[in-house]
Amino acid sequence: MSTPGQIVAPKFEVARRPVLPPRETKISVADLNFFYGRSQALHNITLNIPEQMVMAFIGPSGCGKTTFLRTLNRMNDVIPGTRVQGRVMMDNQDIYAPGADVVELRRKVGMVFQKSNPFPKSIFDNVAYGLRINRLTSNKSELEDRVATALQDAALWSEVKDRLKSSALGLSGGQQQRLCIARALAIRPEVILMDEPASALDPIATSKIEELIFDLKKQYTIVIVTHNMQQAARVSDLTAFFLLGKLIEVNATEKMFTAPDEKLTEDYITGRFG
Amino acid sequence: MEVHRHLDEELDELRDGVLRLGGEAEAALKKAMRALTERDSNAAREVLEHDDTIDELEVEIDRQCIDVFVLRQPAARDLRFVMSVAKMAPVLERIADHACNIARAVPELNNEPELKNHVRLHEMGVIASSMLAEALDAFTKNDAKAAREVIKRDAEINDLYNQIFHDLIEMMAKEPATATRDARLLFVAKHLERIGDYVTDICELTVYMAEAAVIKHKH
Repeated sequence: MSTPGQIVAPKFEVARRPVLPPRETKISVADLNFFYGRSQALHNITLNIPEQMVMAFIGPSGCGKTTFLRTLNRMNDVIPGTRVQGRVMMDNQDIYAPGADVVELRRKVGMVFQKSNPFPKSIFDNVAYGLRINRLTSNKSELEDRVATALQDAALWSEVKDRLKSSALGLSGGQQQRLCIARALAIRPEVILMDEPASALDPIATSKIEELIFDLKKQYTIVIVTHNMQQAARVSDLTAFFLLGKLIEVNATEKMFTAPDEKLTEDYITGRFG
Repeated sequence: MEVHRHLDEELDELRDGVLRLGGEAEAALKKAMRALTERDSNAAREVLEHDDTIDELEVEIDRQCIDVFVLRQPAARDLRFVMSVAKMAPVLERIADHACNIARAVPELNNEPELKNHVRLHEMGVIASSMLAEALDAFTKNDAKAAREVIKRDAEINDLYNQIFHDLIEMMAKEPATATRDARLLFVAKHLERIGDYVTDICELTVYMAEAAVIKHKH
């Protein structure tokens, strides 16, 4: 059985591709339990997320993958009655330690949601929003540069550079999602959490998001929740399978989809679950 | 789980297809060897005439594999199964081609003086066809252990081939007049030796299918 969090070399030479390169751990989760009131949603999750890689979380609805994703930037804090036990370390700092700076945490850990949620503002103002409220730029020219860079990094610049003052709501669904990614990138996070970022998009827009993820991992640590197993296979380096609030297996994606270690994983990804 | 019931049915069809193709290849091999030992040109012709059916079976399995890949996007054990079937079908078809090559030699050999003792070629043919049957059985049962046992038997074929090779070379040296016949028999031995290698390939694919272990080029 694989140890959660380890980057596991395939047990057998399943393919001739090189084993995943070693990476430093960006986020280290140990014995994490999460409760909605008295209902326990996550059970003893222990997992290391390496930097500059894409880790996909898969599992059936209600398995806890989104809840777990949201523990990584304390997004669940805003839900009344929730409780966290265990440890989530980012760069060796406990993000749940008393006195931990949640605003700084969320600056370091950006998030992109299933449904694109642009503000009813211009394209420019959407991307500039985080920079302005966090006072991350000192003058207009720097702000413009940061917005342009974020839009370029989100592979949206060429499509919007001539209409930055237009409403973001006039963009297509795929463009709006990339705008949300640009908005997250503008504040220069270190980790990007994506909760089913392409589930509402058509195949072409999905493909652009997936290409973007591939490019972004050179600079960022990316964690993506997806219901689409082909998408997990396409974009991620590592895949973690959750079931009923438990982490069943984490493995190199290639291994996970050709020869998973756990029978439960195999049953899930071959559709013979239950 | 309607979709996966269909997938299971399609995988069953692929399994049946491999067994049908494998059975045809095995029958072709046995018939070609019988034609050789009994100097039966008609049986040899029948092997050749039946080869189109075998080719069609291979193409059909190929098509079914592509359909499953494209339409079902199999993963894990399903992926390994379809991959193995897709690779196995042409191997089985090639075994049948070798059986045809043996059959092609029969009328030629029938024009030559008979070699009463077929220098253990018959024995080699029996081992090759029993290996093939065992390999197909291991595939059906998803039994990597049995497949590995079959692979070990390839050494028997190789040993026999080396022995036959030396025997025939010796005979050619002693009796140059029968060199043409002996050369043809040497080719028959080579075809049987290649069939042993192809059966090994099938077993390696069964091991991959069952255990996700790639063992080719490692024994």
